[in-house]
Amino acid sequence: MRAALAVLLVLLLGSVARAERLIVSVSNHRVTVTPNYSGEELVLFGSVEKDASTPADRKTYDLVVTVMGPRAEMVTRRKERKFGIWINTDYRQFLEVPSYLALFANRPFDVITSPEIARRQQIGLNNVLLTQRVSGDYADVVPNDAFRSAFIRLRTERGLYREDPSAVTFLTPTLFRTGIPLPAEVPIGTYEVEIKLFANGALVTKTETAFEIVKVGFEQFVATSARQHGLIYGLVTAAMALMTGWMASIVFRKD
Amino acid sequence: MQLYLPIADLPVNIFLVLAMGAAVGFVSGMFGIGGGFLMTPLLIFIGITPAVAVASVASHIAASSFSGALSYWRRRAIDPALASVLLCGGVTGTALGVWTFTQLRALGQLDLMIALSYVVLLTTVGSLMFSEGLRALMRTRRGAVPPRRTHNWIHGLPLKMRFKRSKIYLSVIPVVIVGIVIGFIGAIMGIGGGFILVPIMIYLLRVPTSTVIGTSMVLTLVTMLFATLLHAVTNHLVDAVLALILMVGGVTGAQFGARAGQKIRGEQLRLLLGLLILSVGVRFAIELVIRPEDLFTIRELGVSG
Repeated sequence: MRAALAVLLVLLLGSVARAERLIVSVSNHRVTVTPNYSGEELVLFGSVEKDASTPADRKTYDLVVTVMGPRAEMVTRRKERKFGIWINTDYRQFLEVPSYLALFANRPFDVITSPEIARRQQIGLNNVLLTQRVSGDYADVVPNDAFRSAFIRLRTERGLYREDPSAVTFLTPTLFRTGIPLPAEVPIGTYEVEIKLFANGALVTKTETAFEIVKVGFEQFVATSARQHGLIYGLVTAAMALMTGWMASIVFRKD
Repeated sequence: MQLYLPIADLPVNIFLVLAMGAAVGFVSGMFGIGGGFLMTPLLIFIGITPAVAVASVASHIAASSFSGALSYWRRRAIDPALASVLLCGGVTGTALGVWTFTQLRALGQLDLMIALSYVVLLTTVGSLMFSEGLRALMRTRRGAVPPRRTHNWIHGLPLKMRFKRSKIYLSVIPVVIVGIVIGFIGAIMGIGGGFILVPIMIYLLRVPTSTVIGTSMVLTLVTMLFATLLHAVTNHLVDAVLALILMVGGVTGAQFGARAGQKIRGEQLRLLLGLLILSVGVRFAIELVIRPEDLFTIRELGVSG
């Protein structure tokens, strides 16, 4: 009991001792993707709240925003020339990696903070943890690993991974905003947004928020039923084929 | 007009897909084939993954073969006994095919196997058909009589059965094997197999031309319906929206194709079909040999929680 109280006290003191507080919100906490959805941009805005304990010389801040979509397992395969044709030979399995990943900042990452902190705080696509299964072991590899960089490149080409060190804009020294582009093929699920505040290269505070992407409409209904009720879906498709064939034989009957 | 394909996960132009369906339907009506061997490659070329293309085309072929089978049924050009024996093999072959499809997909070699099967099968069948068509054309030029049909080793096999409507007396063993083979390659390659089945039935099994197309359509219909069902249950890859557009285009195009086909002579038709099949095979071969634009591919294994 006493120990718990002590922990609580430390926690309370800790939060009090923090000189700045981040207040953030996204423009829409629930994005509905309709069949004719062709991409959208969500806006994240917020402000840095100072209090009495804020050092007076602290005038400018840096922000790093990380948006992570629902996690999924993915396989990256590499083709090689064998017997004169191109065949998938080697592969790496990526475990629990974000299906969508965006890293935004107001200045280049290497100007904001040191490489050491950037690595620890997973700032920049090169520093985000992407766990691979390498022959029974679970580990992330060096950033220039062929499979890792190919994975990031392919995801970036589809607009699902991105890093933009100029996407965050400070409207006033404490008020900021950034756009979160969501492409047409954005995966559905819960998206976590992490906002980290830096001053003079050191992490000052961070906060989190989230939004959800849901797909609605006929297409989504089809996709969901295909996945969840495979047998009924198959039967309906087969019946549809028979109906179409039968109707055609009636319409075009040569009598 | 853009339309989002739910399973293929891809926006496509609805008129492009309709036109593709109609074009393939025209060709299939002209030659009296299902057209899967043209439809699946076309879908792959517009960016749909081979797995989804194969699974969705199965239902498209089922639709077109059903309308064909219905009209052959009315003309009593289907041999029910022969069709049922073929189906015993066909259904087994389809189940085996879908199972192999799933295994290959897990290994990451499905796309390669689809491409390789296309190269091997289409170049072989295409060149055989083309040379046969050429020879037939020469014969008619010279005015020679076609060689007489003789019995072959197949007619010496045991387990013989009388197929009344086709007026043949034949062992069931080769019939079942043909059914298995057609069902198997159909499920893996997304083809009805009519273009292989019909020549096999004519040249090997000596089925008379009066019942051959109708009976082969029944086999195609049932194996493709079964393949649709199995692909939907095991791999969840059947895109019903895509299939519906293809069906509508396909059955319409087939009617005009059938009319055009009646104006062309049989030998020329076979020559053209052989050429068409051969060129699709060669197209796949080129694709395999040239260096792909990107050596890496990603496949999502589903959202984990």
